Amino acid sequence: MNLHEYQARALLKAAGIPVPDGDVATSPEEVEGVAKRMGGAVVVKAQVHAGGRGKAGGVKLAKSAGEARVHADKILGMQIKGLIVDKVLVVPAAEIASESYVGVIVDRASQRPVMMVSPAGGVDIEEVAAKTPERIFQASIDPRYGLLPHQATSLAFQLYREPQQVRQAATIMRQLYQAFLDAGASLAEINPLITTPDGSVVALDAKIVIDDNELERREDIARLRDPAAEDPAEVEAREVGLSYIKLDGNVGCCVNGAGLAMATMDLVKYYGGEPANFLDIGGSSNPHKVITALNIITRDPSVKSILFNIFGGITRCDDVANGIVTATANTKLERPIVIRLTGTNESIAVDILKKAGFEALTDMDEAVQQAVKQAREAA
Amino acid sequence: MSIFVDRQTKLVVQGITGRDGSFHTKQMLEYETRVVAGVTPGKGGQRFEDTVPIFNTVGEAVAETGANTSVIYVPSRFAVDAMFEAADAGIKLVVCITEGVPVLDMTRVMPFLQERGTRLIGPNCPGVISPGASKVGIIPAQICLEGTIGVVSRSGTLTYEVIHQLTRHGLGQSTCIGIGGDPIVGTNFIDCLEAFEADPGTEAIVMIGEIGGTDEQQAAKYVSHEVRKPVVGFIAGQTAPPGRRMGHAGAIISGSSGTAKEKVAAFEAAGIGVMERPVEVVSLLQERMKGVGC
Repeated sequence: MNLHEYQARALLKAAGIPVPDGDVATSPEEVEGVAKRMGGAVVVKAQVHAGGRGKAGGVKLAKSAGEARVHADKILGMQIKGLIVDKVLVVPAAEIASESYVGVIVDRASQRPVMMVSPAGGVDIEEVAAKTPERIFQASIDPRYGLLPHQATSLAFQLYREPQQVRQAATIMRQLYQAFLDAGASLAEINPLITTPDGSVVALDAKIVIDDNELERREDIARLRDPAAEDPAEVEAREVGLSYIKLDGNVGCCVNGAGLAMATMDLVKYYGGEPANFLDIGGSSNPHKVITALNIITRDPSVKSILFNIFGGITRCDDVANGIVTATANTKLERPIVIRLTGTNESIAVDILKKAGFEALTDMDEAVQQAVKQAREAA
Repeated sequence: MSIFVDRQTKLVVQGITGRDGSFHTKQMLEYETRVVAGVTPGKGGQRFEDTVPIFNTVGEAVAETGANTSVIYVPSRFAVDAMFEAADAGIKLVVCITEGVPVLDMTRVMPFLQERGTRLIGPNCPGVISPGASKVGIIPAQICLEGTIGVVSRSGTLTYEVIHQLTRHGLGQSTCIGIGGDPIVGTNFIDCLEAFEADPGTEAIVMIGEIGGTDEQQAAKYVSHEVRKPVVGFIAGQTAPPGRRMGHAGAIISGSSGTAKEKVAAFEAAGIGVMERPVEVVSLLQERMKGVGC
């Protein structure tokens, strides 16, 4: 789960990290009020779960409260990568002497948290890693002992020479690591970490990604989820335990298991089609999940054909068949459907489907080819 | 022959009386896996299905039955301690089926297990099956066939699809392992490749990867230097959009080091036969195995 910048800032502030003043607003009037209160120049920043906000025009400097209002009027309601901006963060414009990067992630290869810093801040860290990897410094953290003071200090020396700034940066790193642990994050970064002309070290922008598996035991963090910032169909799917992602094609896919779902999408493409979505109904499916899945797929107007690909293991094919029959009992499907089922209770499922007038296939390639063909004919 | 599990496997099921645990224990018993004990705190002294003794702790189960392998079906909030408990009891192979284990917890589990010499498979995985010998986990036994192909995969149902293709065409398996799709897993591709290469019962290896991380790239390097047996591979997620989570926590493309394209290229560079579709596993294997006289 991604946090908004203003939420991430609040977590860092609570951990003791110096973060400039800032307020969230949802209307141009509110923005003007905040800007007036702050006095001087402010920056209006779109709060949306997408990178490249600045390039998309979602971050603007305003020299006056009136100008802030004008910018807010443009930014609020704008779309960035398909997501509508419904709130902005207003912060005083900072005077920047230098920009660095500080972040902590879980590294898959070493199976440990890693603290990373770079004196090349303010730009995408992936870009730094690709172009000037020698400007990234890291320390592997033993989770039993945490980020050791000497590790933080030696990383801080890669950023600053002034002992006072080194001390500040080292403290910020230890606070960031604590915030990362407390939030159950898989990524927590400050970019940029700036120095101001008077020499103090301040976190200007923050990004935190929460490990979804942490949400069950961290209600305070789970409450930060902003359903308005996500695709409503993805939210609906998550609520019943489905995993759904909208894509650009016209073959609606419903599959059990993430790997098989991706392989099915790939196969749609292989046979010249385009998948309309990723949809994993998960294990131990019940008919209710299948009904929700089918509703989500059929609501997408770009879907021209529907493809079920089920390999029964824990998932029972008869559960899926019952779900399809129930979902289509009252509202007739207007688009062609291709059903492939194999594995646990396959023959019961085929009987259920036949009685309801559906055909069932057992071969994956054949089913995908048919679904692609039907989507093409309907388009 | 096989790797990790065989007739010597004496299994203790952690969470044997739960919904998933009891269902799959029945299946494992039907497959004649040597399930010697179950653990559910508070139900010690009872028996599962009138046969398998239940204990309150893994320590008791090991002391009484000599269990050497454990499989975990407990809910995610108990799974981390279940792994610690199994390792503390001296279990040498732990298979964690449970999904939803926080990654930060796994950063603490791994050094603990390594210090005790315990191998972990998973979490969030379908487990291991050595057809005809032992099944530990949830891989459907009816799709498997005894044979000489080793299968290792990060996925669940996609693995079943590939096994199903193999079995349909008479290509049996020595062992099939689902290593799990989470960012931190106990056993990775290289561990399995090393074991398959050393196993006289395995003649060729199928490796099924997906987007996210760099495990497949590292495995490819390992294959080019250390593996002499034929290897074929598949990467799921060619059409996945960047930066989106596709069900598995592992399937996130971050930066440039986890795309399907990059992984396919690494496979090809290592001489691994790459299938474009799961069904091609059969023809590709047959072609590769001809060369080594199998």
